[in-house]
Amino acid sequence: MFETMSIDTLQSYWWIIISILGSILVFLMFVQGGQTLIYTIGKTEPERKMLVNSLGRKWEFTFTTLVTFGGAFFAAFPLFYSTSFGGAYWVWMAILFPFIIQAVAYEFRSKPNNLLGHKTYEWFLIINGLLGTLLIGTAVATFFTGSAFSVNKSALTNLLDPAISRWQNPAHGLEAVLNWRNVALGLSVFFLTRVLGILYFMNTIDNDNILTRSKKQLLFNAIPFLVFFLGFTGAIMFMPGFAVEPGDGTIFPEPFKYFHNLLQMPLVLAMFLTGVVLVLAGITLPLLCIKKKGSSAFWYAGAGTFLTVFALFCLAGFNHTAYYPSTFDLQSSLTICNSSSSHYTLTAMSYVSLLVPFVIAYIWYAWKAINSKKIDAAEMEEGGHAY
Amino acid sequence: MIEHIDLSLIDWSRAQFALTAMYHWIFVPLTLGLGILVAIMESIYVRTGNPEWKQITKFWMTLFGINFAIGVATGIILEFQFGTNWSNYSWFVGDIFGAPLAIEGIMAFFLESTFIAVMFFGWNKVSKRFHLAASWLTAIGANLSALWILVANAWMQYPVGMQFNPDTARNEMVDFWAILFSPVAVNKFLHTVSSGYVTASVFVVGVSAWFLLKKRHTLLAKRSIVVASIFGLSTSLLLAYTGDGSAFQVSQKQPMKLAAMEGLYQGKSGAGLVAIGILTPSKKPGDGKDAFLVKVEFPKLLSFLGYRDPEAFVPGVDDLIKGGFKPGFKYVHALEKDNAMSVEEKIVLGKKAVAALVSYREAKAAKDTTKINLSLAELNQNFPWFGYAYLNSPQSIVPNVPITFYSFHLMVYLGLYFILLFTVVLYLSSKNQLENKRWLLKLAILTIPLVYLASEAGWIVAEVGRQPWVIQDLMPAMAAVSKIEASSVIITFILFAVIFTVLLIAELMIMIKQIKLGPKDGGTH
Repeated sequence: MFETMSIDTLQSYWWIIISILGSILVFLMFVQGGQTLIYTIGKTEPERKMLVNSLGRKWEFTFTTLVTFGGAFFAAFPLFYSTSFGGAYWVWMAILFPFIIQAVAYEFRSKPNNLLGHKTYEWFLIINGLLGTLLIGTAVATFFTGSAFSVNKSALTNLLDPAISRWQNPAHGLEAVLNWRNVALGLSVFFLTRVLGILYFMNTIDNDNILTRSKKQLLFNAIPFLVFFLGFTGAIMFMPGFAVEPGDGTIFPEPFKYFHNLLQMPLVLAMFLTGVVLVLAGITLPLLCIKKKGSSAFWYAGAGTFLTVFALFCLAGFNHTAYYPSTFDLQSSLTICNSSSSHYTLTAMSYVSLLVPFVIAYIWYAWKAINSKKIDAAEMEEGGHAY
Repeated sequence: MIEHIDLSLIDWSRAQFALTAMYHWIFVPLTLGLGILVAIMESIYVRTGNPEWKQITKFWMTLFGINFAIGVATGIILEFQFGTNWSNYSWFVGDIFGAPLAIEGIMAFFLESTFIAVMFFGWNKVSKRFHLAASWLTAIGANLSALWILVANAWMQYPVGMQFNPDTARNEMVDFWAILFSPVAVNKFLHTVSSGYVTASVFVVGVSAWFLLKKRHTLLAKRSIVVASIFGLSTSLLLAYTGDGSAFQVSQKQPMKLAAMEGLYQGKSGAGLVAIGILTPSKKPGDGKDAFLVKVEFPKLLSFLGYRDPEAFVPGVDDLIKGGFKPGFKYVHALEKDNAMSVEEKIVLGKKAVAALVSYREAKAAKDTTKINLSLAELNQNFPWFGYAYLNSPQSIVPNVPITFYSFHLMVYLGLYFILLFTVVLYLSSKNQLENKRWLLKLAILTIPLVYLASEAGWIVAEVGRQPWVIQDLMPAMAAVSKIEASSVIITFILFAVIFTVLLIAELMIMIKQIKLGPKDGGTH
């Protein structure tokens, strides 16, 4: 089936897969957002225990999606993997370290004799929630704003210095935080995941105090999210983008490129607008005190997040656009054509991708089975496995 | 030539990968084996309905969970490190190597992460059978994960199913099945997962032995010992069988690694297998010194195990450097079938391949068809030695012989000891005499650190023994490393060392406390 597809089609297919994984990742980072709120919404130890346990049953999905997102990028677009990870060394390390400490924090937090004390593990969760979201958002913003790197495949033949990809800024990725647009996306991801975390608490925990504080925090986090999101979106719509000449692959700056992409891809525009509306619906329903809808607001906002992020990935990679632009050497910019794996590998991987719906189905089934009943104080005292 | 490359960057990048991989490997074997043991115990519970088995299952499941978490924590960096620290490698072979990593994520990690939540939180939320299925799926997910990462690792040791593309300056996959079912991959997978099963079995037997010594939870201990020693004995036999298979593959595909494993400098026909030996510390390739201060060997056994022929010639380190012998190993180019080339000659051919690639790319830019075809022919002819171009001396293909030799022998001795231990424990358990043998119970506890030592030693053999190659014959470490400052890698090395050490101490303290609390409290914290 996939063998007969052209390389262009396969590259587009894999950009869609990457976009889906990236969108699911941002949605699932409600775990990280929620982690930053455990002291804000949980004022007592039993309340914090409920919050941590509601998130603790899902943290591995986020973690696994991050790892799979990385693996899929490696398999489908290895030049991005080698250029970005090897070049922006410090920003990726700064993202990975918080995920290392998160992975033990849930399991170790409430165990006796855990060396560091339960508060340290809670701070591990907060650090992961803060840095993980902020830096992933900042790193993804460079898909639009660019980074200083060069790629020269002929360097492989230089026996004294064979590195193909070279980062041209000594800060090795940390310089991204000096661009306000990058930081704006980082902060909007941070506040969005906090909004999603709050909605998740409302969806899964049966406790009046948590519900009341969640509603209060919803507004406090939704407003900065909207400000930073609109700031970032507005900025990329009006700035020059990195266009690709379809014939020879030459990369050149094009004014209003991302705005043009939005208009020239009506389906993406529709997804983007629907996504934004759904996120807004997810935020406003609980604030309007529609109790039943308030509980499902998490899913509205989650679906909206998925569609919006998906649309952003499409804007970055489709319609003859360089998805990882180089501000040092424009022609080194990465496109889905010049950075992808071979036809054979993309074909083989495409067959594997057919497993994705099956994976989503069993995740959904297991999620429903575990979340069939809301978490409450009584369950925390039952003596079953708890974090 | 190599002196122009930042050696400190290469060494620190190697050290960081070794550090993170070895820390990760402390936890993975227990996850692989204990997941299956827990699923077996739960199967007995579901079949018998006996609540004692549920208690036993939940106790070991608690220990599994603690170990699993830190395994995940130490694992994430490994995947991304291929990009962060070995970016040239990531491009040169990403077309092949990335696929197993992605498949691992899609096929295995989601299975594990989804069903482990059901395993721990689903006791009162899902049916008994669904819970049992979740336990098995978690164990299967962990083992599937091992399959794909080991396929990727095996491919680095024995690159098959690919072709170099001079336009993209990388290797590209042409046969997925050749990569998945390469004999190196099959043996490596079976050998590695069975080492995990043995690790978990030793762990369960050792912890249970402690309960018996303390005369606490004796029913749990006895039942756990029976399950673990049956599982341990059968899988340690599989471990030995696949160990032989793996060593055979090494002899056929990585003769230098085999020579290092055996401390063999001067090759010979009818070579013996070293039973006990102390290497001469100052020994260098080609210096004519005796390689061993003391050595006891099994005559002809190395030739037999490595070539299935007791009279076969096994080349040593010096032979592989100098060439001039008839290779008996299979992974050899047609040009070398009758007379092995020296490394010096291979370096010349590697440089020819690199020069041909330069010429090809120039011709392509100039659209000179004749030159393109000539360059391509030259490149294809010499590509098998491409990686040799980056070497500065023939001696640089020799791995660290003492580390490889001692690690290999330690692993083998301990592997044989585990078979003996499981046999004795199982026999005495069947006679209900184990509780009275306090020396054996103490020995079983002391064996827990030994199984970790054996497991780490196995990976040291595999990874130190293949140096300097990142991809056998095609890319040495110096050509694979990212273009970053050594100081950056030194800082991250220290950070990883500190974080992982602190987390390891925390994990051990929690684990020991949970064992002391025993099954009544197991699963409740």
